[in-house]
Amino acid sequence: MRQRLVVIGNGMAGARTVEEILARGGDFDITMFGDEPYGNYNRIMLSNVLAGIEDEAGIFLNDLSWYAENDITLHTGVRIERIDRYARMVYGSDGSTTGYDKLIIATGSSAFVPPIKGAHVPGRGYHQGVFVFRTLDDTRAMIRYAKEHERAVVIGGGLLGLEAARGLQNHLGHVTLVHAAGHLMNTQLNFQAGKTLQATIEQKLGIDVVVDGMTTEILGKHAVAGVKLADGTVIDCDVVVVAAGIRPNTEVAAVSGLVVERGIVVDDHMRAMDEEDIYVVGECAQHRGQVYGLVAPLWEQAKVLATNVCATNVSAPNVGAPNVSGTNVSATNVGGTNVGGTNVSATYHGSQVSTKLKVAGVDVASMGLSQPERDDDELLEFAEPKRGVYKNVIIRDGRLVGATLVGDNSKAMALIKAFEKGLPLPDNRAELLFDLGGPAAEESVDDMPDDEQVCNCNGVTKGALKACVDGGCKTVSGCMDATRAGKGCGTCKPLVQRIVEWANGGSVEEDPAASYYVPGVPMPKSELMAAIRRHELKSVSSVFATLGGDEDAKSKMGLASLLKMMWAGEYVDERDARFINDRVHANIQRDGTFSVVPQMKGGVTTPADLKRIAEVAERHGVPMVKLTGGQRIDLLGIPKEKLPQVWADLDMPSGYAYGKSFRTVKTCVGSDFCRFGVGDSTALGIALEERYQGIEGPGKMKLAVTGCPRNCAEAYVKDLGVVAIDGGKWEIYVGGAAGAHVRKGDLLATVSSPEEVIVLTGRFLQYYRESGNWLERTYAWVPRVGIEKIRAVVVDDAEGIAAALDAAMDAAVGAYRDPWKERAEPATPGQFRTSLPLTVLPQVPVRA
Amino acid sequence: MKPIGSVHDIPLGEGRTFAVDGRMIAVFRLRDGSVRALSAVCPHRGGPLADGQIDLKQVVCPLHLYAWDLATGCSLSGQDPVTSYPVRVDDDQLFVEV
Ligand code: SRM
Ligand SMILES: Cc1cc2nc3c(=O)[nH]c(=O)nc-3n(C[C@H](O)[C@H](O)[C@H](O)COP(=O)(O)OP(=O)(O)OC[C@H]3O[C@@H](n4cnc5c(N)ncnc54)[C@H](O)[C@@H]3O)c2cc1C
Ligand code: SF4
Ligand code: FES
Repeated sequence: MRQRLVVIGNGMAGARTVEEILARGGDFDITMFGDEPYGNYNRIMLSNVLAGIEDEAGIFLNDLSWYAENDITLHTGVRIERIDRYARMVYGSDGSTTGYDKLIIATGSSAFVPPIKGAHVPGRGYHQGVFVFRTLDDTRAMIRYAKEHERAVVIGGGLLGLEAARGLQNHLGHVTLVHAAGHLMNTQLNFQAGKTLQATIEQKLGIDVVVDGMTTEILGKHAVAGVKLADGTVIDCDVVVVAAGIRPNTEVAAVSGLVVERGIVVDDHMRAMDEEDIYVVGECAQHRGQVYGLVAPLWEQAKVLATNVCATNVSAPNVGAPNVSGTNVSATNVGGTNVGGTNVSATYHGSQVSTKLKVAGVDVASMGLSQPERDDDELLEFAEPKRGVYKNVIIRDGRLVGATLVGDNSKAMALIKAFEKGLPLPDNRAELLFDLGGPAAEESVDDMPDDEQVCNCNGVTKGALKACVDGGCKTVSGCMDATRAGKGCGTCKPLVQRIVEWANGGSVEEDPAASYYVPGVPMPKSELMAAIRRHELKSVSSVFATLGGDEDAKSKMGLASLLKMMWAGEYVDERDARFINDRVHANIQRDGTFSVVPQMKGGVTTPADLKRIAEVAERHGVPMVKLTGGQRIDLLGIPKEKLPQVWADLDMPSGYAYGKSFRTVKTCVGSDFCRFGVGDSTALGIALEERYQGIEGPGKMKLAVTGCPRNCAEAYVKDLGVVAIDGGKWEIYVGGAAGAHVRKGDLLATVSSPEEVIVLTGRFLQYYRESGNWLERTYAWVPRVGIEKIRAVVVDDAEGIAAALDAAMDAAVGAYRDPWKERAEPATPGQFRTSLPLTVLPQVPVRA
Repeated sequence: MKPIGSVHDIPLGEGRTFAVDGRMIAVFRLRDGSVRALSAVCPHRGGPLADGQIDLKQVVCPLHLYAWDLATGCSLSGQDPVTSYPVRVDDDQLFVEV
């Protein structure tokens, strides 16, 4: 007979432990009891549900089908009231009795409500306007009530209270946070950090904060009318949320005779004190005097527990009969010690915890000590209260023992790592707090050890992600679903993506769909181009009809770009294949209006042009005139229907600030004016822009020419950047970036004349246009293809295709038409008709 | 059903917004010749759905690229649904029911 495993508590720790047991092949009849009426959900995300960032549906970790698929009997809405350790039975609130061979207690915690007069209504539980913040039901009730009320007071200024306060702002107009201690988050932060945080919360979020505020009474008989503090202050409100801490749920253990202090006491095997068959995991467990209130420790505990409970069950892979005698041979040894060549069961040694606040725009991370404790603890501290920044690190015996970041989390990942692993610290301690230049801090995935934790919410390591990819899951979203990486607070998503990409590396392992040029046509770019040529497909609809089957909205723009590149003047332009920006030659903005950026080659303009722009802006009441980061002028907030008139009045060429296309060439003043200039960067920049204006590509192409290596035009960080060097020479850098990614370009070639620069630029861009993936900028494409290969093709013509590249670029340049000339007659009916007033404006009464 | 204009007001494969009885309705003309009508305002952050790109199944809002089913108005990306309206073409005239 299979052993019976019973789990009390169907929350994050209980369900995760069962998953770990299943992953180890644990062969049990599993029954779970959960007090809440749901499957297991991600409690952490309740903050986001309250804040309206996440849907309820998105937070479920194990829905009911998961239990069915894994043959787990789940009793929702049933509370276990007592355990009979001798008869090995649990007794449910529904009158049921269930026998077990192994028992896991994972009852979590409950919200702690201090004794406040008026919080409870005798016989009815909480006063109707008073809420705690622990479960999905709490959250739903709070949202429903808050929506119909106006002012909330949140009692408790810790992580949970702050997240509750922020979330409530989503539903009602005014929130006050009342905190009993002298500063916010006092368990994690020192006084100064807490004060800095308070200023940010008040100024940036508009939440009123009261510290040293001991709530003594909730006022109002039928409905909440306010709260009263110990000093007599009364704060009017109609909703009260109590977030004053949590208490482990230990009643069931206590009445059943288990050892309970603050939590249920466990040994290093996660077994209840002196119990052979009862295990405890999660917030209800007390291990070496510690009770945890965060999820990361639970994951570690779950693994240890699962290993141990399985070890008592299965002694070796092929043994049919369960081994009930309890020999300690574990199948997978997680964190176990290896004594004398025999695997003994796993042990848990406690966790180092770090926390982050999940409030958008308010960065707080903290770990370990908040201030030095010993005389020889090193303290580094930096405060810039005006910007809301406070940071410190505390070092003991060369190891990081504490750190606080408020207002600037850029070093959080590195610090958390150093703290959790006890890594050696840099000699220049300031590097712990600041990026001091030098190579980019972003660690290469290759160098990360396999056991490094990537997702700190769900405890997923690089190794686990790699295993998932190796197990056949090839997409980022697939790996996220399978491992839960990135499904907690979400801050690690970019890293998860990088790791999955890395693990997918090399064309063999790649998921075919990931290599398609666009999702709707199952072919990588080179194959697609060959097929397009073979069938002479010159329109987007003909590509779908011949190669793709159903038309796909998300593939149209990429195909339009590709076909235009391939066929230049012969391309059959179907307007519906264009993104709105390309239909109306302007960039759509958040309110549905558009921005207009006239060409200003090399950033050089004239008084006459400036006057014209000024007049147009005035005549059309343009809401904002702004200098762009691309050295030209942007007219923002133009309604769609006004675009043709604005262009007509400007009578200038389009600057193409809206397309996946050649954008700008930034220049510096160069040798004509600058005392350091060694090349005429301005003239070369203008010539480049003149020639390659508006050419479409897989991604934006931004260039720069700078007159000397001082690099005032930022040429080292452009898709293609040209730097004049002494001796009449020019260096060409490619694949640089200073946007979402920062990368210094690779030196492609050093040439002796502007003419050569122009030719190599065209050839490089054409090579990129032909082989870059859709939306792949050069900063990704150049390292993917490799600068040596690119140099071989573009500079040395090693593949003999230089002439073809040049010819294709010539054709593209020849086919260029200024789109703003298309204005007298709309290209399609209603091309410039408004699609809607996004904010519905009050209508002016029309007189008959 | 109310007449709102000619089907030729909408280029093939695109959408246009019409004001019908004080409501803004985005009408799309699919490449197979059929028409669909949805409420014109994107439930996400108010984007103009008629400016989105479409295929036979979905419209992709131009602002943040979430997608909605053209026939039902249901979100294909976990957002709120949009209202869908019955619409038909009769002798090149567009009719919509609000
Ligand atoms: C207008 C401008 C900001 C400004 O006021 O200065 C701007 C505005 C936008 N940028 Fe930018 N970028 C502007 C210069 C830059 C620069 C600086 C530059 O060009 O020298 C960069 C860094 C260089 C680069 O391109 O990497 C830059 C990196 C980005 C990125 C990140 C690209 C990346 O892969 O790293 C995006 C997002 C994207 O492309 O997906 C972006 C996207 C955008 C979009 C188009 C967002 C969007 O999709 O709607 C913004 C349009 C706002 C609007 O309402 O019109 N913008 N953007 C600048 C126009 C320059 C111009 O004259 O053409
Ligand atoms: C709003 C909010 C935000 C949070 N944010 C973060 C964060 O950003 N990072 C972080 O690390 N942690 C966060 N936490 C804490 C995290 O959610 C908890 O650490 C975690 O849920 C604890 O897991 P658990 O399984 O021990 O307890 P729980 O998830 O509470 O699960 C226990 C379950 O057992 C049930 N139960 C209790 N007693 C019985 C019984 N006798 N019989 C049957 N069932 C019973 C309960 O109903 C509950 O469903 C947050 C918590 C909240 C409430
Ligand atoms: S940085 Fe660029 S994309 Fe971001 S808000 Fe500014 S203009 Fe928009
Ligand atoms: S406004 Fe439509 S997707 Fe954001």
